[in-house]
Amino acid sequence: MVDKQLARELLEKMMLSRKFEEQVQYYFSLGMIHGTTHLGIGEEATAAGTCLALTKDDDMFATHRGHSAAICKGIDIRRMMAEIFGKSTGVCKGRGGSMHIADKDKGVLGANGIVGPSMALACGAAFAHKRRGEKAVALAFFGDGATNEGIFHESMNLASVWNLPVLFVCTNNLYGMSTHISKVMKDTELEHRAIPYKMKSVTVDGNDAAAVYETVRKAREYALKNSEPVFIVENTYRISGHSKSDGNQYRSKEEIAYWKQLDPIKLFEKYMIDRGFATTKEIEEMDKACTAALEEAVKFAIESPYPKLEDIYEDVYAE
Amino acid sequence: MSTPNEITYAQAVRDAMREEMLRDPDVFLMGEDIGVYRGAFGVTQELYKEFPDRVIDTPISEAGFVGCAIGAAVEGMRPIVEIMFSDFISVCYDMILNQAPKMHFMFGGKVSVPLVIRTASGCGTGAAAQHSQSLEAMLCHIPGLKVIVPSTPYDAKGLLKAAVRDNNPVMFLEQKLLYRTTGAVPEGEYTVPIGKADVKRTGSDCTIVTYGRMVHICLKAAETLAGEGISVEVIDLRTLLPMDKQCIIDSVKKTKHLVIVHEAVKTGGLGGEIAASIAESDAFYYLDGPIRRLAAEDSPVPFSAVLEKGVLPDEEKIIRCIREEVG
Repeated sequence: MVDKQLARELLEKMMLSRKFEEQVQYYFSLGMIHGTTHLGIGEEATAAGTCLALTKDDDMFATHRGHSAAICKGIDIRRMMAEIFGKSTGVCKGRGGSMHIADKDKGVLGANGIVGPSMALACGAAFAHKRRGEKAVALAFFGDGATNEGIFHESMNLASVWNLPVLFVCTNNLYGMSTHISKVMKDTELEHRAIPYKMKSVTVDGNDAAAVYETVRKAREYALKNSEPVFIVENTYRISGHSKSDGNQYRSKEEIAYWKQLDPIKLFEKYMIDRGFATTKEIEEMDKACTAALEEAVKFAIESPYPKLEDIYEDVYAE
Repeated sequence: MSTPNEITYAQAVRDAMREEMLRDPDVFLMGEDIGVYRGAFGVTQELYKEFPDRVIDTPISEAGFVGCAIGAAVEGMRPIVEIMFSDFISVCYDMILNQAPKMHFMFGGKVSVPLVIRTASGCGTGAAAQHSQSLEAMLCHIPGLKVIVPSTPYDAKGLLKAAVRDNNPVMFLEQKLLYRTTGAVPEGEYTVPIGKADVKRTGSDCTIVTYGRMVHICLKAAETLAGEGISVEVIDLRTLLPMDKQCIIDSVKKTKHLVIVHEAVKTGGLGGEIAASIAESDAFYYLDGPIRRLAAEDSPVPFSAVLEKGVLPDEEKIIRCIREEVG
């Protein structure tokens, strides 16, 4: 059950995620961040509800849209911001950037620039945990679009036939970049994709952080108890564009406005107030604290030094 | 090391896997039909009986099980994956190109991927264009990978054991026509260092740089040429990435002639890389003739036995080439 303390944590992680991405967007627009970014504004409840249901020992493999998942799994936002600014203090020493945020100590085994492979990698991490008798699961995030990749089916099959404790978390935001789900699959009821693999599955409102948390917590327990995978569909919506090149030509203002009313952070603030978990004033204070934490993270990133070219070979091979 | 035994190349690979599994409980094997079938080329044989939980038959799902092996490696296990034919890396190339070799770097050195992918490489079995290729040059273009092509049972065993202990993803390209060839292997523990070439025959008039099955053909050619008074040095690269360029440079400075021989097609092949390495080193000033490359014709591997043999370098072509080079 989501109690007061957990609710505060869920809200805090969602606020941090949102503010983090707003800062990234801002400094990107100023030309102070190089490359590209894939923002997940509007999808924060999927990251917070999912990752807070995991333990430190559980592994999480994220997608290219992985900022929130990394933050919610516990990565230090200062070092993550420094990474996105391409600094040597970054969590990947400026080698990975926005699309490859990782920190093994926190069980964040990488955002991924390729659609799909996270699922197979998670099978392997779960395989290792199971073989060693560790009480840990591996979780892979992927989008609705990724369910059309061969690796989705290969991974679902492998986890199923080898009874691996993997949580396959499909964040269904209705679009693969610009292409609506209805244009790329006949059956858009994504949960049905678990049927041929005889895999336990569940669908949840991905904008409801408490519901996501409860769903993933139960799925995790089930996966560990039975040593089986679970397929979880979290229905949500990406309010931000796909990436910096997105001109929003593929969806209507009305559609975006509709989903803005379902902003997971606003919904969860109401949830907390309704249950007496927080007052409006306390929420404002949390908001301020998160803003301050982000200011500190940005300051740290900007003031950090760039990596040195002469060190380029130090991480090409492991010793 | 004690008394050497004559064993086959396939057994050398098998013995290396067995010894590493006995040494380290994190080592396991994964691949298609490596259990009761005993491996498509009979390499794994009865290892499944000795290690019933650690010799794992997979679905026909290369991307799935190679990805799975990478995930297990990230968690500290040491998988040895068999891809039945090296041509099949095409169906799991994302894992070999974008995942395994990039993780250590992209993640700032915090994650390592101690993974070995063994695969059968090369032509000569009449299996045509999709089961016969030598794709090492493609793999050598991927920083973060190591690429090994052993030519003898001794090297196969020692290099595979070193590969299993290495903390990086290693592509281990076994030569399918060498599986049944024999060679001396010492009893007891040894490894062969990754990244070190081996001078298989010393000589003073011309250097041949080669690897894999072509090593044996070059050695035969060198023997014939010795009868004509031409002394040929044969360097077996053994590891293609990272390549032991110093060994080649030292040899070329001595012999003043360089011929490169490989089974892979010529265009974009490693011969170009080797030639360029000499051209940009001080060994260039020692050359008394052009650098020559002998490689397969730039065609898909043909089926007909006449064609399949014809497109490859052979002893006669090598001899002719070296006569021209030093003549």
